[in-house]
Amino acid sequence: MTVIDVKKDPETLSLTISSRFEAPPQRVWRIWADPRQLERWWGPPTYPATVVDHDLAPGGSVTYFMTGPEGDRHYGWWRVQAVDVPHRLEFEDGFADDTGRPNLDMPTTIVRVQLTAQGATATVMTIESTFPSSEAMEQMVSMGMVEGMSEALGQIEALLAGTPA
Amino acid sequence: MVVDHGSVEHANRLFHALADATRREIVALTLTGEHSVSDLARRFPMSFAAVQKHVAVLEGAGLITKRRQGREQRVRGNADALREVHRLLDELAALWLGRLDRMAAVLAEPDPSDSDTADSGAADFSAADSDTADSDTTDSEPADSEPADGRERRA
Repeated sequence: MTVIDVKKDPETLSLTISSRFEAPPQRVWRIWADPRQLERWWGPPTYPATVVDHDLAPGGSVTYFMTGPEGDRHYGWWRVQAVDVPHRLEFEDGFADDTGRPNLDMPTTIVRVQLTAQGATATVMTIESTFPSSEAMEQMVSMGMVEGMSEALGQIEALLAGTPA
Repeated sequence: MVVDHGSVEHANRLFHALADATRREIVALTLTGEHSVSDLARRFPMSFAAVQKHVAVLEGAGLITKRRQGREQRVRGNADALREVHRLLDELAALWLGRLDRMAAVLAEPDPSDSDTADSGAADFSAADSDTADSDTTDSEPADSEPADGRERRA
């Protein structure tokens, strides 16, 4: 695996990482689509994930919990928004309470995964992860605030860099 | 998902605070110099109370600090909080880079779903994909099925 690019965008509050895997998209897709494979990489080694439900269809959901060193469980969920096997997956990723029920007071992130074949034996995977909740994002976009934010954060960046805004 | 709930809550407060045009302007203004709340209220077409409310949201997110000087409330922008936005994106990057490494490790092994799907001919996402031959676990209880690769569950 080679990390090609990491792009942090404070203006859209998003992170985009591109990486290359020496396997075709059909194979790379299954690390997302097979819950047993997903469990092996989603959580860090100290908080391994156990996938409970796994329905990768638009409107479907994935539920999981991560088990901490003290046996403490942390539940989470995905709400699948778009699927195009084996090229594209979009989902909202959020927290859940102790019973696995989505906790809508907690912020969510939107994750967009794109798999592009590089020849017959390799794949470029692009993962875009965006803060904060989809509701807040939609609100911001619909109210034309994203552009305003770019401008303001541009000023702020200039200030942080010590140059006059 | 970011593992630390506290940092996500904090991120949410920061982003919520920055999602409003007036509040962003207040931050930009007060980063270059201290302003009183009444001075800020004169600059925006809104009531003193409305500006005070925005200032309170920014203070809650740590984006500005307030101090009292005589009868005035003085407001100053906090550059550290803005660096925090960058730090949170760094944290998110670290989380995904860790996942990418683990993905590579999974991909370095033979695909465990290959043997299971050979006789069914369909590579779907059901729990049946990873059922072992001697398992009578049903599809409705995927969490109880044994991983095909024999890895021990830690739960």
